[in-house]
Amino acid sequence: MTRYSVFAVAREALRWHSGWQRAWHSPAPKKAYDVVIVGAGGHGLATACYLGKNHGIRNVAVIEKGWLGGGNTGRNTTIIRSNYLQDPSAAIYEKARSLYETLSQDLNYNVMFSPRGLLMLAQTHHEVRGYRRTVHANALQGVETRWIEPARVRELVPIMNIAGPRYPVLGALHQPRGGTARHDAVAWGYARACSAMGMDIIQQCEVTGVRIAGGQVQGIDTTKGAIDCRKLALVVAGHSSVLAEMAGFRLPIESMALQALVSEPVKPCLDVVVMANTVHGYLSQSDKGEMVIGGGTDGFNNYTQRGSWQHVEETVRALIETFPMLSRLKMLRQWGGIVDMTGDRSPILSKTPVGGIFVNCGWGTGGFKAIPGSGWAMAELVARGEPGPLAAEFGLDRFREGRFIDESVAAGVAH
Amino acid sequence: MLILTCPHCGIRAEETELAPGGEAHLKRRGPGHSDAAFEDYMFARKNPRGVHFERWRHAHGCGKWFLAARCTATLEVFGTYPARTSGPPPDILAAIRARRPGWEAGE
Repeated sequence: MTRYSVFAVAREALRWHSGWQRAWHSPAPKKAYDVVIVGAGGHGLATACYLGKNHGIRNVAVIEKGWLGGGNTGRNTTIIRSNYLQDPSAAIYEKARSLYETLSQDLNYNVMFSPRGLLMLAQTHHEVRGYRRTVHANALQGVETRWIEPARVRELVPIMNIAGPRYPVLGALHQPRGGTARHDAVAWGYARACSAMGMDIIQQCEVTGVRIAGGQVQGIDTTKGAIDCRKLALVVAGHSSVLAEMAGFRLPIESMALQALVSEPVKPCLDVVVMANTVHGYLSQSDKGEMVIGGGTDGFNNYTQRGSWQHVEETVRALIETFPMLSRLKMLRQWGGIVDMTGDRSPILSKTPVGGIFVNCGWGTGGFKAIPGSGWAMAELVARGEPGPLAAEFGLDRFREGRFIDESVAAGVAH
Repeated sequence: MLILTCPHCGIRAEETELAPGGEAHLKRRGPGHSDAAFEDYMFARKNPRGVHFERWRHAHGCGKWFLAARCTATLEVFGTYPARTSGPPPDILAAIRARRPGWEAGE
């Protein structure tokens, strides 16, 4: 694999760009692997990458039903933050955020991490108290956040209507090193790194069954034939329950549609990420100039990757009150992704009732920001068979034991 | 947009009129059951890609709970029925089998 650098660009410029190679190989599946990971989204690919880099396990296949990064990795609003209330969440999301800082260098692939800063607006007194508490918790957790007053919010976001009639901005939780990254590039960068380590990335290969003998996983059946494996990692977000059903167990997960939309591109007017949880919308401006807007989930089980009109209307209506200039914009595209919601709105990184099968799911509406940390912790879990410190609190047993990591309260909604 | 007919008042209600209430026909567990059974009742969900029975409330209408049989992969609605039943009625099951040959009710 050729290393990407300024010299490579210069060399290729001199020979009409004839020497670029494909970023990853697409081989036919082998008969057997040490580890098979189902799901070539960010989390699955990051898991594979850190299995190789941190644990020396390279006989790995990543199986994908559709195309690489075509699920929620390519459907999110690319926000990265780690300002969580609970200690286990702050630990894994901050690990992810800190890995994002150097991910482009580590992967030799530009993921366009942009730590432009992130604001979570407090628009009710309840939120003011909640976010002040989060700032204190983050100080103890070593996550850099601060509480800022409305005057500072106005400086950071001139296009915002601070003194709206219904929801005035009373301040904000500011994470200066939060931001965005190029979501596709994260998947592509990890895929390229995995391929360079000799791992097989197999796209358009749907899992049709899981073979188990004596309580131990033996392999999987796919549309491209049977594949044996010693360990199986299910990292499939919205379809986790479907895969778990094949393996004979149930998960505390419900799949729902979450949608987002982007406006036509406009000149730069917003250089931070703004989340407004009371009115339920979040907003950032992409490098192309589009306003990227995230909305809420539907309340019912849904696998259709479609949005719904009333959620678009709800989200836009709410944001227009805080950002009046948005009312003049046309919306270009709208799409949906299927998110895997757990009861406590925290993820699951866990062993399962079947030996050798591990799950990484339940990231719900906020998985993109966690990709590097999730992969790091999941690789440790798969390699050692036991969770490391980052994953320890996120086991399936927390539901039986009542040890919830309650971010539905902490994060409000958008998450 | 999802449209369900409320079996109580007969109104064809679209989803903004309705409040979703999760999986239907859960077996209630409580004192005397094992931790595992209680965990299943509280948290484990079928969450199928396909036929799904679920609870809804006609929140901005008659206010009553009802149940719906729906396909989560296509948003097709097979029928709705009152919540006062411990399992899907025969006409709903027949409607599902007519459109999903080979479908099994499961437990």
